[in-house]
Amino acid sequence: MISLLRAAVALFVFALPLNAETAIQQVTSPGGIKAWLVEDHSIPFTALELRFKGGTSLDAPDKRGAVNLMTATLEEGAGAMDAQGFAAARDGLAAKIGFGSDADGVSVSAQFLTEKRDASVTLIREALVNPRFDQDAVDRVKGQVLANLRASAEDPGKIAGDLLSARSFGTHPYGSNGDGTIDSVTALTRDDVVAAWKAAIARDRIYVSAAGDITPEELGKLLDRLLADLPATGAPQPGDATFNDKGGVKLQPFPGPTSVVLFQQGGIKFTDPDYFAAVLLNEILGGGRFSARLMTEVREKRGLTYGVGTSLASYDHAQTLVGQFQASNEKVAEAIKVIQDQWAEVAKNGVTEDELDRAKTYMTGAYPLRFDGNSNIASILVGMQMMGLSPDYPRTRNDRVNAVTLDDVKRVAARLIKPDNLFFVVVGSPTNLKTTE
Amino acid sequence: MLRSLTAGCLALATLGTPALADAVTTYHLKNGLDIVVIEDHRAPVVTQMVWYRIGAADEPPGHSGIAHFLEHLMFQGTATMKAGEFSATVEQNGGNDNAFTTSDYTAYFQRIAADRLELVMKMEADRMRNLQLTEDDVTTERQVILEERGQRTDSDPGALFTEQRSAAQYLNHPYGIPVIGWRHEMEKLSRQDALDFYKANYAPNNAILVVAGDVKPNDVLHLAEKTYGPLEPSKDIKPRSRPQEPPQLAERRLTMADERVSEPYLVRTYLAPERNAGDQKTAAALTILAELLGGNPTSSVLAKSLQFQQKKVVWSAAFYDGAAVDPTTFGLYLTPVPGVDLADAEKAMDEVLAKFLKDGPDPADFDRIKTQIRAQEIYAKDSAEGQANEYGQALAIGLTVKDVQDWPKILQEVTVDDVMKAARDVLNRDHAVTGWLVPKAKEAAQ
Repeated sequence: MISLLRAAVALFVFALPLNAETAIQQVTSPGGIKAWLVEDHSIPFTALELRFKGGTSLDAPDKRGAVNLMTATLEEGAGAMDAQGFAAARDGLAAKIGFGSDADGVSVSAQFLTEKRDASVTLIREALVNPRFDQDAVDRVKGQVLANLRASAEDPGKIAGDLLSARSFGTHPYGSNGDGTIDSVTALTRDDVVAAWKAAIARDRIYVSAAGDITPEELGKLLDRLLADLPATGAPQPGDATFNDKGGVKLQPFPGPTSVVLFQQGGIKFTDPDYFAAVLLNEILGGGRFSARLMTEVREKRGLTYGVGTSLASYDHAQTLVGQFQASNEKVAEAIKVIQDQWAEVAKNGVTEDELDRAKTYMTGAYPLRFDGNSNIASILVGMQMMGLSPDYPRTRNDRVNAVTLDDVKRVAARLIKPDNLFFVVVGSPTNLKTTE
Repeated sequence: MLRSLTAGCLALATLGTPALADAVTTYHLKNGLDIVVIEDHRAPVVTQMVWYRIGAADEPPGHSGIAHFLEHLMFQGTATMKAGEFSATVEQNGGNDNAFTTSDYTAYFQRIAADRLELVMKMEADRMRNLQLTEDDVTTERQVILEERGQRTDSDPGALFTEQRSAAQYLNHPYGIPVIGWRHEMEKLSRQDALDFYKANYAPNNAILVVAGDVKPNDVLHLAEKTYGPLEPSKDIKPRSRPQEPPQLAERRLTMADERVSEPYLVRTYLAPERNAGDQKTAAALTILAELLGGNPTSSVLAKSLQFQQKKVVWSAAFYDGAAVDPTTFGLYLTPVPGVDLADAEKAMDEVLAKFLKDGPDPADFDRIKTQIRAQEIYAKDSAEGQANEYGQALAIGLTVKDVQDWPKILQEVTVDDVMKAARDVLNRDHAVTGWLVPKAKEAAQ
């Protein structure tokens, strides 16, 4: 099911994992399924994370929203159980099972008690391998998706996100909302949902991690039982997206006392030799710390906003540097000017030695804090695999941060930060804002 | 969000997140500071939280928002630290810090490597009694909280609706005043207002220190004596005594229309008892009642009937959180499907409630909820921070460590009769506020 009450979804995700102390074991099941495991028997439950690469970007061109609808209907009946039966079985086991989708993958997040492990895994297997997609379940969830889409049409943050995606990525799947449009979702049939399931849920695109009370042998057997009966292959992955890097300011009028502002330019690949210099640069320019330049200039010195930040967004088929803030309508133009000035300043002069040292201390010190229980570890581990990292990455990550020099940051600032290519989308009723399109 | 405000109005009921008693140690310093230590040695990380037994419901009349404004200003300087140095120092040591304010408490926390605990304890102790504020800092930060209100309340019809409903719910109790404050009062909050509120309420005998993570209780006690121990208690701390509600004699209803709303929805909240020290049985019954009626989006009583059988609603939910100083609310929520109006959906909901009051719960549903409560005790151990929150909140609202540790057992012992008695007592529309949030036609100019 889909809920209107779900937590606000972050606009962009920068998920660089992990903990240096974590002992990651590589597990291969008897049937050949690979997984990463952090074993910890102190609490009698296991967190299991599965990802199927592709996600909503596998939607057929005229079936936008099919993967999202399919994912939300997986828990609405499987095998001999209808939606009520599935919910009763899950709750009777006290298992937590969540299905989700985004532009790069379908996710399955589960936690189950050790004493209920076998029955819990059977339940997840039924949902993945034998989903029913009963017509009334499809219709009901479709109604929820449509209600969300109607609400999004009145939500300035969602409007801004959709405008930015379309402007940046055009006809690539990244250029439109994976939830679909009211028209596209209204037209989806049960057959479309089944086709989306066959496209998105297959063994050739799977990543697995587990953390908690389970041995490698137990995990291997579990994975064969859970996943062996899935189809071997699914739909082909999309190609890389072309990014429109033209700068400017676009206004979408919307009522209310404040405006939502998103801003974006091109980013940098994780495999780029300057990637860690770029991460430090972003931390200094637009990180969440109060001492980051944008927070200092826009919030702390001028009181123009409650919060402003930027992220290096790394997707499978594109990279961007994206930021956001909200401000009272009469303050938007000034805040944009401050950000443009900061962009130009850092592109020209880079950062100071003191800023770099402080950002390094923060980033390397904060790294181990991500180790925060089985559920978080499992989630981080599966993300690492999708980024193509090796299990020893946590041991080398802080060294790579510390190896960045002031010249590295200056070079990457000159190369990456493009004041003329920075594009702002404003949704609201700002005063005195100069627009370019 | 940074230096944020905890709203949590539509939060679903929690089934309790208790800790193993043997991992929790408590102390009490001579100056009145309560200390809770929660051990979790799986990672070399520690969370320090300081909770003050002071919140928005304790503000002087006409000064709404001062508790939350002071929370922001606590990141300014002290006699020995300059403005912003607190967070900068935490960052310099690879940690994160933040704070939050509710009607009942204000809390500050840092998450940092376990060997840096003394540093953050020293700084947190320092700002408990030695805050210094300049006029400039206060002026800029007031702009920030007004921006925060603009962003989180004024731009969100759902948040404005919640504000209006709460104001209607409480005729006399300050729970009817928003934590962020009314804008016209926020604009007038001064440096002196903040300092007066600080001096009156921030002291070791009005605070709880919670330390969770890779620490030994004895070491924490030793550090607490060194850092917080020398602080003078305040003689002005009195037991909380807020204006209480008169009996509610008539149902209250309101309809709010906003052009930014696409899906109409209904929220009804009934005045309901809260958890009290040594007396949590009714709150436990209401917690389970919320689960039965609307905890599960598929198999709860409301979902089964309204969503699956009658197909009149898109979503439904019930929510209750008994963690409050004074009487709280038990809530119901629904969004009708297109073509069904709110009056029709509300009527159907009332019929489901009437049937439930007559027939009681399905025994299988009741058993499954008990199973989930048992399991939650295990899952909760995965997060030392979650446990720190549980204890800090409980102690800040006047519960004891024993109350926290008894809570899962009290939940487990709730009978069907207990639930039905609580349901009959609480689900009375004469003691409720029913709000409708509906779309408003856009003006032609838009």
